[in-house]
Amino acid sequence: MSSSDTKPDMLSTHDGEPLKKSLGRALRRQKIRALLLIAPLLAFVILGFLMPIGSMLTRSIDNEVVEEIMPQTVAALESWDVDSTELPPEETFRALVADLQVAAENRTALTFARRMNYELAGFTTMVRRAQRLVRRIDLETDGPFRDMMIESHEGWGELETWRALKAYSSSPTIGYYLSAVDRTMVSGHIEPLPDDRSIHLMLFWRTAWMSGLICFLGLVLGYPIAFLLANVKERYANLLLIMVLLPFWTSLLVRTSSWKVLLQEQGVINQTLVWIGLVADDNRLTMINNKFGVIVAMTQILLPFMILPLYSVMKTIPPSYVRAAKSLGANDWTAFWRVYFPQSIPGIGAGAILVFIMAVGYYITPELVGGPSGMFISNRIAHQWYVSGNWGLVGALGTILLVAVLVLYWVYDRVVGIDNVKLG
Amino acid sequence: MKLKTTMMGAAGVLALTAGGAFAQDMANEMTIVSWGGAYQQSQINAYHEPYQEMHPEVQIITDESSADAVARMRAMFEANNVTWDLVDVVASDAMRLCDEGLAMPIDADEVLAEAPDGTSASEDFGDMIVSECFIPQIVYSTTFGYRTDMVPEGAEAPTDACAVFDLETYPGRRALERRPIGNMEWALLCDGVAIEDVYDMLETDEGVERAFAMLDTIKDETIWWTAGAETPQLLADGEVFMGSTYNGRLFSAIAEQDQPIGMAWGYQMFDLDGWVIPEGLPEDHLARVLDYLYFATDTQRLADQAAYISYGPARTSSAPLVGDHAELGIPMGPHMPTAPDNLEGAFLFNYTWWADYRDEMDARFQAWLAQ
Repeated sequence: MSSSDTKPDMLSTHDGEPLKKSLGRALRRQKIRALLLIAPLLAFVILGFLMPIGSMLTRSIDNEVVEEIMPQTVAALESWDVDSTELPPEETFRALVADLQVAAENRTALTFARRMNYELAGFTTMVRRAQRLVRRIDLETDGPFRDMMIESHEGWGELETWRALKAYSSSPTIGYYLSAVDRTMVSGHIEPLPDDRSIHLMLFWRTAWMSGLICFLGLVLGYPIAFLLANVKERYANLLLIMVLLPFWTSLLVRTSSWKVLLQEQGVINQTLVWIGLVADDNRLTMINNKFGVIVAMTQILLPFMILPLYSVMKTIPPSYVRAAKSLGANDWTAFWRVYFPQSIPGIGAGAILVFIMAVGYYITPELVGGPSGMFISNRIAHQWYVSGNWGLVGALGTILLVAVLVLYWVYDRVVGIDNVKLG
Repeated sequence: MKLKTTMMGAAGVLALTAGGAFAQDMANEMTIVSWGGAYQQSQINAYHEPYQEMHPEVQIITDESSADAVARMRAMFEANNVTWDLVDVVASDAMRLCDEGLAMPIDADEVLAEAPDGTSASEDFGDMIVSECFIPQIVYSTTFGYRTDMVPEGAEAPTDACAVFDLETYPGRRALERRPIGNMEWALLCDGVAIEDVYDMLETDEGVERAFAMLDTIKDETIWWTAGAETPQLLADGEVFMGSTYNGRLFSAIAEQDQPIGMAWGYQMFDLDGWVIPEGLPEDHLARVLDYLYFATDTQRLADQAAYISYGPARTSSAPLVGDHAELGIPMGPHMPTAPDNLEGAFLFNYTWWADYRDEMDARFQAWLAQ
């Protein structure tokens, strides 16, 4: 059968199939083949990158633990107003006892307590005592439960407890994001945490400005080196490049530790200064466990990430342009500033964004040479994961960091244009 | 359960003669998690090797993840892939794991050996069993060491924790742990608060502020550590004059490495360390772990461990058996945190209080530090 029966003007292959369809099939086959080729990488990206990020995002709002463990209490609290100056009614306490009886049986009561204890100190003991009590209570014959609970721990008789419980019972919750920006809703309304407990915003800000400074210092130090690399004879350039790459290949941990050796009070630099007589023995310089140590160490460690993109861009700038500028009467500075420098901007862009984004997420170096005053937000995130186990907050802090970097990238694209960034 | 008791008892006796009579019901591989370093080595010497001598078919895999055992066990249970058989943790972590249902509750009298004189295990361990999942091994303390050669002329050597706040008599840098536990207590104790009032006081804002005010006086001179090995290193380098760490670390710096370091025992803070069994082990693994535990926590084994490290055995009946250091030959008794001479002002940190206030205090402490 021929396709010309229906659509005479349609192109077809020799066996009568419409050309469009045949072409489409061939292309599809090609696409599948291409897809199969990248399948391992795709699977890796999905498993190793997108899924963890997805799980981080869900964790940062997931609060099902409260409703799962205390379903009756959460339901009973729905009709209670957070601004009320009266405790919830007896039925709520009854629901609490019923929930805790089940939770004590399943050994989940303390998981609930841990969740609440992140927001309001003292919940662990309240639940532990209540748990001991409810094991002896008969739901049918005993009561009133309110008095029994308050007798087990006075916390159950405090409005703050119930307000916090109501505020943090819903899932999804914004509770973790609130803590991530030093806010709380334990009173049922969003309000700032007291100053002596606010730490995250300060750390976000510190991470940002210190990364910016490190990035800037890297540029100031890296630009001349990259320039030299791109413009000396190949023999020397190779030697120089090895000198840039050697530390780059050395383990991050080793480099950080050697900065420790150099900078500490009994370290190489201080010893030398004391020996020369520039510094008194009992008044050695403090160069480690503070911001200074972090800035010095991180600038050195991240320097190759600045130099390499700069170098690869500078390598492509034809030396004839500068010569031409000079032959037309420009002095050295003008030739550099008006002709050479503008052409190196894509390298600066690439180096700066690379170094800044890497610095924002740095963990090991601030941890080892930073001390408390040089701590970055990532150190706090790690601390929350390891020590407090507050994974929801970890997710929220991580998400904020991720979004901040993406926003920065977007602004950068707007201002500089991402097409102007070249890695080589 | 009664049957198990007899079986366990029989296994203990038989093991000495027949060597693993019930081996066919038990896994031959066991992953034991501990703290690494000298401490884990002392366990290998005192527990693992003698046990493996009796049961040559058993392979013990050692892991050094105790410092973040809670975070890792949470992750393992979440992923439903628990690869550990026995975990060495501090008491507060044991309580957390038990609370969250990640560790298995244990009846000490059913699972553990009696003392040689017939005292039941629960009585022999006494108050050390702070959680139903916790099998105590040792009492250790966080205490202070100082550089003997940096004590200013004319001043007496420090004898207690409060010297750390006395910059006038003892100038120089200090090393303190980067967490509120211990530091808050010392700050108040050295400011003249009685130990029985410390925790009530820390529940109030004034109390916390008072503690921070005390810590403020030395904040600029303090290096904050996170790993127990840092203080001995800082002391050895002469980076600090005085610092807190676990007493066993100081002992090994002093006795084994011959560093010019002295101990200031006063106001040492006791803590307990012991085993927990992850919840829901396969039967054969559990049987092996219980068999091992019965052996490794008996009176003699706990006393043996003290020949390798200066931590006090958790059983009352082990104390008289503590002998000399296995290699140095020095008597270990006086180096134990529980030795009568070292007890001046010693206190046990309040687990339940810290369980409640840990998160809040930690936020405050870290905020104070970062200022």
